[in-house]
Amino acid sequence: MAKRHVYKGLAGRANFWTIAVLLGPALILFTTFVIIPVFQAAAFSLYKWNGLGPMKNFLGLANYQQFFSDLIVQKALSHNLIIAVISLAVELPLAMALALIVSNSKFKGAVFFRTFFFLPYMLSEVITGVLWQFIYHPQYGLITTLHGIFSPDSPVPTLLGDPSTVLWAILVVIIWKYFGLHMTIYIAGLQAIPQEQIEAATIDGASKTRIFLSVILPGMRTAVQLSVFFSVLGSIQLFDIIWAMGKGGPVNASETIVSYMYRVGLSRFNIGYGSTIAVCIFVICLIFSIIYQRLLVKEAE
Amino acid sequence: MKTISSENRFYNTIQYIFCGLVFLIIAVPIYISIMGGFKSVGQLRAQPVALPDPFVWSQYGDILVGQMGSFWLELLNSLLVGIGTVAVVVVVGTFAAYALARIRFKFNNVFFIYFWLGLLFPLAVAILPLYVQLRSLNLLDTHIGVILPQAAFGLPMMIMLLRGFIKQIPHELEEAAAIDGYDRFGFLFTIVVPLSTPILATVSVLTLVTSWNNFFTPLLVLNTQKKFTLPMGVMDFMGEHAADWNMILAFLTLAMIPAVVIYILCQKYIVAGLTSGAIKG
Repeated sequence: MAKRHVYKGLAGRANFWTIAVLLGPALILFTTFVIIPVFQAAAFSLYKWNGLGPMKNFLGLANYQQFFSDLIVQKALSHNLIIAVISLAVELPLAMALALIVSNSKFKGAVFFRTFFFLPYMLSEVITGVLWQFIYHPQYGLITTLHGIFSPDSPVPTLLGDPSTVLWAILVVIIWKYFGLHMTIYIAGLQAIPQEQIEAATIDGASKTRIFLSVILPGMRTAVQLSVFFSVLGSIQLFDIIWAMGKGGPVNASETIVSYMYRVGLSRFNIGYGSTIAVCIFVICLIFSIIYQRLLVKEAE
Repeated sequence: MKTISSENRFYNTIQYIFCGLVFLIIAVPIYISIMGGFKSVGQLRAQPVALPDPFVWSQYGDILVGQMGSFWLELLNSLLVGIGTVAVVVVVGTFAAYALARIRFKFNNVFFIYFWLGLLFPLAVAILPLYVQLRSLNLLDTHIGVILPQAAFGLPMMIMLLRGFIKQIPHELEEAAAIDGYDRFGFLFTIVVPLSTPILATVSVLTLVTSWNNFFTPLLVLNTQKKFTLPMGVMDFMGEHAADWNMILAFLTLAMIPAVVIYILCQKYIVAGLTSGAIKG
């Protein structure tokens, strides 16, 4: 029987069962599928294990030694770094410029552009990846048309099949897909800047550049911080687009650290070493988060 | 008032050219996909950009009503997994957020930090043990096996957002509810939940979109084609029709539609959810 409690404003101690019913399901779900696997990854990483049978081949830190000397790891991490840096360098200014334009309500079509530019973000990575596979297709794709216009005499490049171009081709897709997210974050940031500040600066005769640098940019700090954070963590964890556009190939030329982890763990069933890679991904994300927070705190002082 | 100077007009033109270019860069690939589905392979090779001439309806027809009936099944699977994930996140998350926001008990803060930790763990870190875990729970190749991990990884964000919101509900409302004889569950269902609808809607829509587009978890869990979600279906269809790009583009176009519909219907919530961290003092 449910007992009617007479609470003083419902505050005070609740009984154990109330709390258990409310908190229990979340705790079980979260512990089973998030916390335990993360700790298991740490445990698996010390073994050589194919995922079947008992784990008895204890290696200690040997998997970690392998991680640090693994050339494909280095290659994959360098790809992650390239993706993080280039996508930031292109997406952020592009998104900022577009946000400044389409947040101006006097700009005709602003709402349309704003809505449309966000559309690629809504499409799944797999759909985006396959669509661009077609765009890049050397026999059918848009690339053949463009190539025909600009240099009809040379053979059509196979952008996704050539180790020297594949990463750049995928970067284009990443920018295509994600700049709208950053633009939307900036629009929200812009709208939070008090209009009076901008008007006051205009009345004082400040130039547009001046207003941007001393009023708008400082006002958008939180928005920029958020978008940089999303962008870098997203780059470290990039998998779906890579998998949909060639599974990291050819010859690891578009491998990212997560696609390599997946390949090691579930294609070669080396769960032990795969878990080592997973733990290292976690540490990289953690270090980035901590450094980033520290920098922001310092900057705020 | 200022009149439109020629300088302003110049800037305006530049801005339209810029927006127009970006528009084309987004629109052309999507247009190619839609129209490519209406072309024969020969047309596709000769004219990737031009309008189909004539329109060939058989690709879309085959996928929608013909023998290649995997599309509807995969759509249904995606819907099932998406709605399941949202339901679990909303019910379980609301309960937990309410307890953490409104009930004072020992270790309340410890539990809060425990869930907060979840924000630090990317899915990728857990994916291999998750596979082993799901195998031992006999959840491999089931939709539940996709729903539960997705919900578990969506839970921290839900709890953080909702807890913050519930904390702001005035104490007077609680007192009034206490006087009217409500217990904690009564208060939760008659006052907290209705007041939290906007934030619940935001989290639901975001969870749905994330689930809808998720590829990693279904790829890990599902083996049987009958159980595939749409993103897996796209990959699978592509594997089967390697050279028939007109078929693949038709399938791709159809697979885009649900996401676009969700976007058009729920744009407000999606934007609000994604930008909630962007504005702060």
